[in-house]
Amino acid sequence: MMVATAEKVSAVAYGAARRRWASKKVRVRLGNLLSLRWAAIALILVGWFVYYPIVDNFIVSTTDEDIYTGEVTNVGLANYDRLLHDPIVLVALFNNCLYALISVVFQVFGAFLLAAIIEDLRSERWRRFWRAVYFVPSAISITVTGLLFYFIYQPQIGLLDAALARLGLGQLVQPWLGNEHTAIYAIIAMSQWQGFGYTTLLFAIAIQKIPRDLYDAATMDGAGALRRLWNITFPLTREMTGLMVIVTVAGAFQVFNEVMVMTAGGPNNSSQVLGTWLY
Amino acid sequence: MNATLAAGRARHVNAWAVIARTLLYSFLVCLGVVVIYPLVWMAFNGFKDNAQIFGDPFALPARWSWGNYVQAWNHGVRDYVTVSVLVTVASAMCTVLISAWTAFGLTRTKMPAKPLVVAIVLGGLMLSPTVAVIPLVKMLQALGLYNTYWALIILYTAFRVPFTTFLIRAYMLDLPRDLDEAATMDGASEGQVFWRIILPLCRPIIISCVILHVLFAWNEYLFAMIFTSGAHVQTLPVGLTSIMAKHGTNYPVVFAAMTISALPIVVVFFAAQRYFIRGLSEGIGK
Repeated sequence: MMVATAEKVSAVAYGAARRRWASKKVRVRLGNLLSLRWAAIALILVGWFVYYPIVDNFIVSTTDEDIYTGEVTNVGLANYDRLLHDPIVLVALFNNCLYALISVVFQVFGAFLLAAIIEDLRSERWRRFWRAVYFVPSAISITVTGLLFYFIYQPQIGLLDAALARLGLGQLVQPWLGNEHTAIYAIIAMSQWQGFGYTTLLFAIAIQKIPRDLYDAATMDGAGALRRLWNITFPLTREMTGLMVIVTVAGAFQVFNEVMVMTAGGPNNSSQVLGTWLY
Repeated sequence: MNATLAAGRARHVNAWAVIARTLLYSFLVCLGVVVIYPLVWMAFNGFKDNAQIFGDPFALPARWSWGNYVQAWNHGVRDYVTVSVLVTVASAMCTVLISAWTAFGLTRTKMPAKPLVVAIVLGGLMLSPTVAVIPLVKMLQALGLYNTYWALIILYTAFRVPFTTFLIRAYMLDLPRDLDEAATMDGASEGQVFWRIILPLCRPIIISCVILHVLFAWNEYLFAMIFTSGAHVQTLPVGLTSIMAKHGTNYPVVFAAMTISALPIVVVFFAAQRYFIRGLSEGIGK
């Protein structure tokens, strides 16, 4: 309703200003300024709920609040210093790095190879089919997949230990999430399962943009599939690869939900990451 | 002589190609099984009873009865689904509409300081929501929105507007300007140009944006966990953890609830795959 009236008002102002262009330049300016209304809601919303909290957070982080008196004293960066001397932070930092490394291997380079294999298939229907199948876990909520793998890793009812026993690897059977040495790897494995389809899809899109003639010409010249992969597909999706590495590493340092749902940082803080430790 | 040698080599190469191809196909199939089987297992476990779940995990359910699904639905899942649908639909509509307005202002009007507006709105893409959580709690408590679904609708909108604006703006920049210029010549106002011409032309990207937003909002966990606590305002992802806490030993019901919460989004993805992929390729192509 409000928007409609505002539109009418501006339409009048704008139209009038146009007719008397030479003499009333001011009104044109006003009309231009009124155009800001198109972006106003977005600016208010983003400024208020996205930018302001982060500024506020930084201000709070440099102060020390006495919870009894509510007195706030300015301690500068001392809180940051205290943070760096906590031993669990080091475990968390190590886990984040591990997360980043493994994710780059599987979700960037693994996904790149997989996308190249899929896009090399001849029938478009099968290409679409495999892209969709691998993407399905990415479409599902992290709580569902987290709980699902919580059950899969369980020794009594889980799929993983049962599968290992069937394959004659009975000595590997263990409570994957209850073991300090395997918990973080189990979580990382789950997150690869969930995430690789998404990056595969993105790489597939990037590969589709490469002109087909390049491949045809290379085949004519006798280049095999591996040569084509290395000399055409890889260089021409390099931008995408770089972007994916950045996004994946950034994501690995912000990881929170996966750990929260599956172990909440346990056992004995062995699967803490920076996100859960802060929480 | 030479010809037979060449033919022999060709056959040799072909044999290798066939082997390589078979290996690749079996790799694709194995990976597909690894991806899909856990989900099928989850759905099957919703049909079993506790005794069967503790038996052979690979066994098929003995009876295909919907009892566990009905029980899960009546013990909370119905409420969570209602809230999830409400929050998802409302925030999707707000996000897309606000983003389309902003994109229109940025591409089709004489708005002053456009580069600054672009920088502010799209800069929101860089900021991580995790860092903002504590101040947001204080803010929403002060506004009286804490523990209501309005909190989620507003936050999902605010945090998704930058990305959605980015997508719609890129699309609008590529639209030909003749149509809206002609309409302006004929005396149409900016508002008319937006609603009658630009918005209908943007339909494909709008649908893509809606799909991407639905996927995000249906699955979002961090905000939903922090800003809601009562059962009547919790969305599905948070609700699932409450069900787990309440019915933790009744595994079949938990599995049924998980399946119910995963199914709609998988269906939406398969139905709208085309739009989804277009949204993604627009988003990364620029």
